[in-house]
Amino acid sequence: MPITIKYFGAIAEATGITEEKVDLGDVDSIEQLKSICLAKYEAIGDLSFQLAVNQSLSSKDALKDGDEVAFLPPFAGG
Amino acid sequence: MMNSSRYDRQIKLSEVGIEGQEKLQKASVLIVGAGGLGCPAALYLAVAGVGTIGLIDHDIVEETNLHRQVLFTEKDVGKSKVEAAKEVLIQHNSTIAIQAYNYRLDENSIFDLIRDYDIVLDGTDNFQTKYLINDACVKMDKPFVGASIYKYQGQLSVFNYKNGPTYRCLYPTHHYKDNNNCEETGVLGVLPGIIGTMQAAETLKIILSMGQPLSGKLKIIDTLTMQEQLIAFPLNKSLIKQVKDLPLKLETAICTIKDQDQLYLDVREPFEQPKPTNERVLEIPLGQLKDRYNEIPRNEKVHVYCQSGIRSKKAITLLEKEYGFDNLVEAGGIEELLK
Repeated sequence: MPITIKYFGAIAEATGITEEKVDLGDVDSIEQLKSICLAKYEAIGDLSFQLAVNQSLSSKDALKDGDEVAFLPPFAGG
Repeated sequence: MMNSSRYDRQIKLSEVGIEGQEKLQKASVLIVGAGGLGCPAALYLAVAGVGTIGLIDHDIVEETNLHRQVLFTEKDVGKSKVEAAKEVLIQHNSTIAIQAYNYRLDENSIFDLIRDYDIVLDGTDNFQTKYLINDACVKMDKPFVGASIYKYQGQLSVFNYKNGPTYRCLYPTHHYKDNNNCEETGVLGVLPGIIGTMQAAETLKIILSMGQPLSGKLKIIDTLTMQEQLIAFPLNKSLIKQVKDLPLKLETAICTIKDQDQLYLDVREPFEQPKPTNERVLEIPLGQLKDRYNEIPRNEKVHVYCQSGIRSKKAITLLEKEYGFDNLVEAGGIEELLK
């Protein structure tokens, strides 16, 4: 299943990239995607973030072909 | 009678008109933090004719503020930020009232302060105050225009607008390792100029009941690519109920430094987290060292730390070069001490 993942702020620094396209095979839930990313990029485990799917935070867990997932950390600066 | 000619160009807009200008004249906005975001926001709200603008900030102007906090000039270095800002804003618009509050917003003062204002604009640089503003605004039913920045990226949203989603609906809580302020990470000066000006735009829209305020949506801007994202987020009713039901309290993350016997010097600001519960910790923020260095013992090793290890280095350089200390040990960021 092809998915686009976007990383923002300190999360993008922890991953070293701002965007990637991944093929998740038979993975079809946000929780699974999160575990995959946390295993791949250990440093993001230390940060807070919310996950948006197709520009929306929602409690739905299912992923489908072509979805765009965004890792959104809160910013503190002012 | 209001002098309307100075506002002619915005009164010409059919959505504003004389009526809108009168709404602006009657409106009051409290700006929390006269920093990178607060400066441009205050300036645009003042020249637009917002009748009462409150500014709260306990800081003084430092040279390192000048690249982004555009209300201040070189001669303001060392002065109270809110007093310096007030002086400039009055020169821009002498027909409005500017209230300067030269202290830190805390859980004791916040209710009395925001009670008198229609809208709160969050220009703060730490999570503790952001949650404090959110919770107080939820309890007192005030909308607040929130924003925050990180290096080249900004986030913006209107919270608690007509019972809409709040900051906690977006970010229910945060990890204490997230405290990424401009002092630690750096920031391109123009970024808060862009985001703070957008906060002013949202504030004017709310006062004038025009357009669609950014409620339930988070705008993210990356100035390196000029790409933008608009993320929708829903109301979290149970979180809002919790905030309304419980007394207001500051979020504090605590921790314990492993080696309890050594003496530590914490050069972070008082609000930074996590706070060690250890007894042998001296707390002197980097900016106060030159006035308080004599509180630091010279007869035993002192382990100096901060949030990420940048300020502890600066503190040691200062104390060794200027005041002859030779008993300081660099401990880096607090995380190192918790391992």
